[in-house]
Amino acid sequence: MTKTEFPPSIKSRPVYGVLEPRPGTVHLVVADGEGAEAVLDLLGKVPDRAAMLAGLHIMYTPGPNGTDQTDQLQALGARQFFRAPTLPTLLPRLAQVLATAHMGTQFYLSGTEGLMGQAERDIMATGVPFADIQKEHRGSTLRRVQCVHCKGITENVATDPFACSHCGLNLFVRDHYSRRLAAFQGVNIDAEDPGQVPAPVVRFK
Amino acid sequence: MSLDFKPNFEPGAFGDFFRDETFREDFTYRNSPEGIRRFPFPFDRDDYMYSVNMEPHTPGRKGSVFEHAFDVDEHYVSEMVDRAKVLAEDPLRCQSLPHMTLAGWDLLELIMESKARDYPQWFSLTKEGDKWHWINRPLGIDQHFTFLDESTLPYGPFEYITRQTQGDFSLQDERDNDLWMDAGMITSQADWSLDFDIGMSFMEWHAPVPLAHEKGIFDRALKFLLKLQHGAPVRRFNWTMTVNPLLDTAPETYPKWGPTKTSLTPENLGHKQHLRVELQALFRLPRSNAIAFSIRCYLGKFEELVTVPKWARRLHRVVRDVHPDVAAYKGFLRNRDAMAHWLSAYDDGAPTTPGWWPDD
Ligand code: HEM
Repeated sequence: MTKTEFPPSIKSRPVYGVLEPRPGTVHLVVADGEGAEAVLDLLGKVPDRAAMLAGLHIMYTPGPNGTDQTDQLQALGARQFFRAPTLPTLLPRLAQVLATAHMGTQFYLSGTEGLMGQAERDIMATGVPFADIQKEHRGSTLRRVQCVHCKGITENVATDPFACSHCGLNLFVRDHYSRRLAAFQGVNIDAEDPGQVPAPVVRFK
Repeated sequence: MSLDFKPNFEPGAFGDFFRDETFREDFTYRNSPEGIRRFPFPFDRDDYMYSVNMEPHTPGRKGSVFEHAFDVDEHYVSEMVDRAKVLAEDPLRCQSLPHMTLAGWDLLELIMESKARDYPQWFSLTKEGDKWHWINRPLGIDQHFTFLDESTLPYGPFEYITRQTQGDFSLQDERDNDLWMDAGMITSQADWSLDFDIGMSFMEWHAPVPLAHEKGIFDRALKFLLKLQHGAPVRRFNWTMTVNPLLDTAPETYPKWGPTKTSLTPENLGHKQHLRVELQALFRLPRSNAIAFSIRCYLGKFEELVTVPKWARRLHRVVRDVHPDVAAYKGFLRNRDAMAHWLSAYDDGAPTTPGWWPDD
């Protein structure tokens, strides 16, 4: 498997690259699901694998589709490895790691958009510039969507339209994306013609 | 809801200039005959497409909306009441990221100085060092405060002054050769969400606009804005269509106002359908180096606009011929044919003169 190719879209929709090793003594990886494979590929490209492993901290959680590659990542032998059962249980640890992170730490995010978006948001909040954070998409394309009406976030949205998990309105999923919220925008699909809701189509897997 | 200012609509107050009207429920908003004559009709020709339409924001014709940097018109007091109601229902409509406070003071100074200079009968500003005294007579506000000391105002400087100024405002921080929308007072927007867009860059917040990216319009506009100088503001028009004189067409409340788009009939269209014009101005701010963006919304009923024969002919042609992607983006594609049909009765096919003034 390689990185996910998305169709061309509007300019607020994030684009992702391929993780490349960068010089540095401290490397922080945050990954979920199939993102583990991007980390394995990254390690395959490092000139001095032992040096990178000595400064490597991996934080990992299974993907929203259940993919769990904990064993492969753990077997790498990074200086520090942390597995969280879910993304919400990973984020508080990430916050603590960031609070004590060294200047010049290299950041590598891989996996789903929900994971990368929220990790990026938290890393940037500590003042790290956007350009210092690498991202590679792998695995599930399920979306994290904010309801523009009630402001509630629905995780792992698969269909378009879908029902907001907070207010229940039927929302269509836009490509307009907020990095501050780490979410796409959902807008009521039957606002002009109440009750006329098209059948949901699976757009994200 | 109780207001923290005291509008005075007593008969005779301010020469009966300010209208007591509503932008919700019973929608009593309308323009006076003088208001119609000075309506900022945005089309200078019979067709429309996106362009980098910017010109210096210098004082324009006397009596026109261009006469002053911040136009104060007959709707001022009622618009401020409407804004207070929107904010009471949804405080997220006014947000300012922590680093934008200085830009807020810059804007407060710009607006207070402009209004006190341009409308001395309504506003006054006196300064003794950093001790300032602001009087806003139409809203019944009399405030002593210390410039650059937030604790001396009832709101942050940005919210304080924009609760007293018509039009939406956003403040753009300049970093990395880009502009970042890091603050906004957005209660009369054409269907976009400040809460969602705050913190975005110029290209990101403009992402949903069709056709204009491909035409290179946003690249050129951003380059131009990065060179914007203090003391040399610029302005441009934008426009859309709104059913009922509803200032607050927010995505947040779209389920409430969306259904009104299906309420038009040939009989009520002239009264209910409004051309919504945004007179937008951009000011470089002196201390923060931020850019203030004012988005002043003017609503004109179709039945008001067609009283000017030139505008009637032209509005018909623009609506009839506008690119469907633009009409869809602006949210009036479903009513475009009905609008064009209604307007066609006021278009005899005669040629129109260039420019937007009613009589030129
Ligand atoms: C820096 C100040 C500016 C801000 C804060 C701003 C903000 C916005 C926002 C929020 C939208 C709505 C996007 C959406 O659908 O979600 C918009 C639309 C648009 N903006 Fe700007 N803008 C700015 C400057 C400009 C400039 C200088 C131009 C000049 C070409 C421009 C051209 C447009 C156009 C053509 C649209 C589409 C409007 C329509 O069809 O109704 N903007 N802008």
